[in-house]
Amino acid sequence: MSNDDVTPARPEWPLYEVFVRGKRGLNHVHVGSLHAPDGEMALHNARNLYTRRNEGVSIWVVLAENVTASSPDEKDPYFAPSGDKVYRHPTFYPIPEDVPHI
Amino acid sequence: MSTTAQEAPPGADEALQADFDAKIAANQRIEPRDWMPEAYRRSLVRQVSQHAHSEIIGMQPEGDWIATAPSLRRKAILLAKVQDEAGHGLYLYAAAETLGVDRADLTERLIGGRQKYSSIFNYPSLNYADVGVIGWLVDGAAICNQVPLCRTSFGPYARAMVRICKEESFHQRQGYELLMRMMEGTEGQRAMVQDAVDRWWWPSLMMFGPPDVDSPNTRRSMDWGIKIDTNDDLRQKFVDMTVPQAEKLGVTLPDPELAWNDERDHYDFGEPDWDELKQVISGNGPKNAERVERRRAAHENGAWVREAATAYAEKQRSAREVAV
Ligand SMILES: [Fe+2]
Ligand SMILES: [Fe+2]
Repeated sequence: MSNDDVTPARPEWPLYEVFVRGKRGLNHVHVGSLHAPDGEMALHNARNLYTRRNEGVSIWVVLAENVTASSPDEKDPYFAPSGDKVYRHPTFYPIPEDVPHI
Repeated sequence: MSTTAQEAPPGADEALQADFDAKIAANQRIEPRDWMPEAYRRSLVRQVSQHAHSEIIGMQPEGDWIATAPSLRRKAILLAKVQDEAGHGLYLYAAAETLGVDRADLTERLIGGRQKYSSIFNYPSLNYADVGVIGWLVDGAAICNQVPLCRTSFGPYARAMVRICKEESFHQRQGYELLMRMMEGTEGQRAMVQDAVDRWWWPSLMMFGPPDVDSPNTRRSMDWGIKIDTNDDLRQKFVDMTVPQAEKLGVTLPDPELAWNDERDHYDFGEPDWDELKQVISGNGPKNAERVERRRAAHENGAWVREAATAYAEKQRSAREVAV
């Protein structure tokens, strides 16, 4: 079996992750990634690539290598603590139907 | 083997495979850091990079007409459309990179003739009516193909398709509108539209790939959720969508067998020339060599821009260090 579709990344422009705030009042949301020689040019390229139709009012670019992420294998220990804290959700509390506005 | 698969103790492979299968069965998305079977990853790399290459090469047939657009309005529209296609290519290269491949390497494979792109872009665009017909039929066929892929099982690919589909409807509508204007024009303009339709109709049907009987990987790709409909189903859907549009436009689709079938509730249509498709896919279409050569020239002529940007970034960095 040839393995020629696996190549090590070249020492070229680093990868940036791009986050766009769709409009005022919303969080920045991850929209994709791109390569650029530095942050300033990454921002410039992100504007042309991800916001050609007013998709955003603000852009963040973050070097992908600076993102620290939980690994899928760790999902149990990471997310379990919230699993057994059902009292954090409003639906945990039964309220009679005739109590208004709650 | 794979740059994304996690190291696993012996025997854990079955558990990982079972977990993967369960996610697919539950219609959940696979994300880049998840374990995935090597064959799934390789199929996706091939599919996504071919798709990316198609967007990039797809700029050429229309790009040829930007400089000679008949009005400033048409020029601005065509520029925006071709720029979108470049964007589509980049969304898809970014999705491919999450599978552990490198964009620069994919580009080299394209210009080295080692990876393919859609057969449709190996046909010539002869005049401005072709710009309209490409938007209507070629982008129309691309939409048929791409809308179901918004639900594909690999997260980054599905998300790229969502962005792309939002932009494609402008592409198809600008083409159809251009043709409507031409059909309101002179006899000569109407003849140009009909001629362009005659040339692009069959190649558009071939965009969906070979018939299902000759598409051995379809079943597996559908099981993996990286293909949603079969080639023949998509082709049928496209024909059904397009015939009423052609009638409204006042053009004739060049297929004497085209007829509504009440029993099937679909249009019947003739068989595309599959030998022609084979020829075009294997590099012998009218424009294959020219398209790849042009891409190579653009890549090589752009080298100084990439080098200048790198040098500029380096200079800025050292200036900042001095300032600190
Ligand atoms: Fe596109
Ligand atoms: Fe398009």
